[in-house]
Amino acid sequence: MPNSLIKISDLTFSYRGRTIFSDLNLDIAEGKVSAIMGPSGTGKTTLLRLIGGQLIPNQGNVMVEGKSIPSLSNKQLYQSRRRMGMLFQSGALLTDLSVFENIAFPIREHYDFPESIIRDLVFMKLEIVGLRGAYKLMPSELSGGMSRRVALARAIVLDPVLMMYDEPFTGLDPITLGTIVSLIKELNQALGMTSILVSHDVKEVLSIADEVHILSNGIVAASGSPDELQNSDSDWVQQFLQGLPDGPVPFHYPATDYAQSLKEDIK
Amino acid sequence: MSMDWLQTIGQKTLRFFQRTGRAVIFLVHVLSGLKMLVQRPRLLIRELYSVGVLSLLIIIFSGLFVGMVLSLLGYVTLVDFGAEGSLGVLVSLSLVRELGPVLTALLFSGRAGSALTAEIGLMKATEQLASMEMMAVDPIKRIITPRLIAGILSLPILTAIFMAIGIYSGFLVGGVWLGVDEGSFWSQMQAKVDFQHDVVNGFIKSFIFGIVVTWIAVFEGYDAAPTSAGVSEATTRSVVHSALAILALDFVLTSIMFGI
Repeated sequence: MPNSLIKISDLTFSYRGRTIFSDLNLDIAEGKVSAIMGPSGTGKTTLLRLIGGQLIPNQGNVMVEGKSIPSLSNKQLYQSRRRMGMLFQSGALLTDLSVFENIAFPIREHYDFPESIIRDLVFMKLEIVGLRGAYKLMPSELSGGMSRRVALARAIVLDPVLMMYDEPFTGLDPITLGTIVSLIKELNQALGMTSILVSHDVKEVLSIADEVHILSNGIVAASGSPDELQNSDSDWVQQFLQGLPDGPVPFHYPATDYAQSLKEDIK
Repeated sequence: MSMDWLQTIGQKTLRFFQRTGRAVIFLVHVLSGLKMLVQRPRLLIRELYSVGVLSLLIIIFSGLFVGMVLSLLGYVTLVDFGAEGSLGVLVSLSLVRELGPVLTALLFSGRAGSALTAEIGLMKATEQLASMEMMAVDPIKRIITPRLIAGILSLPILTAIFMAIGIYSGFLVGGVWLGVDEGSFWSQMQAKVDFQHDVVNGFIKSFIFGIVVTWIAVFEGYDAAPTSAGVSEATTRSVVHSALAILALDFVLTSIMFGI
């Protein structure tokens, strides 16, 4: 049984009066690729923000590397974040800096390294994502897939212990998609990181994740290895994994009778 | 019905005070980044360029035309009383005490303040600020502090430039074009404009406007809803609130400085 890098216990979080998590418990195994899946709006991204300390839970605790994230002081939180990397869905590159400077940004902010070392570090990471030739380009000159690879290079430039991917597969062409999928797996092994993958792309996730946690209605509805989940006898898990439009999760938002509503005026 | 009305007022008042509170906490956080600015003055210099230097053109042109109009209108009135020799005093006092600080601040909020709000709002909407947080870089200290300080430093300097150009263009219209005696234009100005009372007070105004305008601009950007509509509303609010704050504060400051 591997150790847990992250322990989330009895987490309750609500935002603008809507409860997103209620008593959620989740452990993320060290050194593995753990996927967090679930339908849109189940709070997958919110969970990453709670782990990164950008949001504070109403109740419960988030422990990362034995530290309780919600109770850290601002300074300690920033210290902890140096050991985390996060790939945002949009890439979130700094638009006024070139590709090179974007990746050099975290190094320059935290260390006083000579220019030659910064160059080596940046080129090493760019080589991994296959974009060393694009170092001079500005973010506006990059395609969606390229920006995400640059953002990935930036997120790993300080060799984080924990890497979080927020919807890394959305909106990519098949070739880039394949590249990102294998990069996530390879980086996890090569750098010995713990990776958390938030996504609802079932096929890609099942191909690389060691463990999958499916969120629904504020709790972890199912957990296990991809094989275990695929053989699960829960209708709900099967509906989600196979993408069936109707099942335990209804296709229709709760509504009154269809025939009746056509006769009535809209209130 | 009347209860609804009361409720709305109550709600708006509460929201106003909540926002003001947030703005003050935000300002304290921004100012806590001053240490970093001392260690890395380059961050400030870059912002001084984009906030200050790039605002020069509009300030120079406005100063030029305001000085010319002022001088022209002043001449038309003064010449009836044979007092056109006092034209220099009229032009310089109007510019130094009132028009310089107020107009420069208004122009500055339109040129630089709106740009700051939109830039910061867009950085928030595109998750650039959030990504900085996750790179363990405090976006308030790294992004906002240099911009706020650059704004506070730039506005008084721009005001000085506005005043100087306005006075000189006033002289060009009055002295060169309309034939007011050059000697009395400058000497009366020298005699009637007091450094402490007029010039220093003008700069105090400008300094205060600088704080208020830039504070409003960066706060509106940071507090903007992270959508395109949110950023556009924030930019509008930034300019409108700045203008109202400048004009209201100007009245208060003028009555303290130059009132009876």
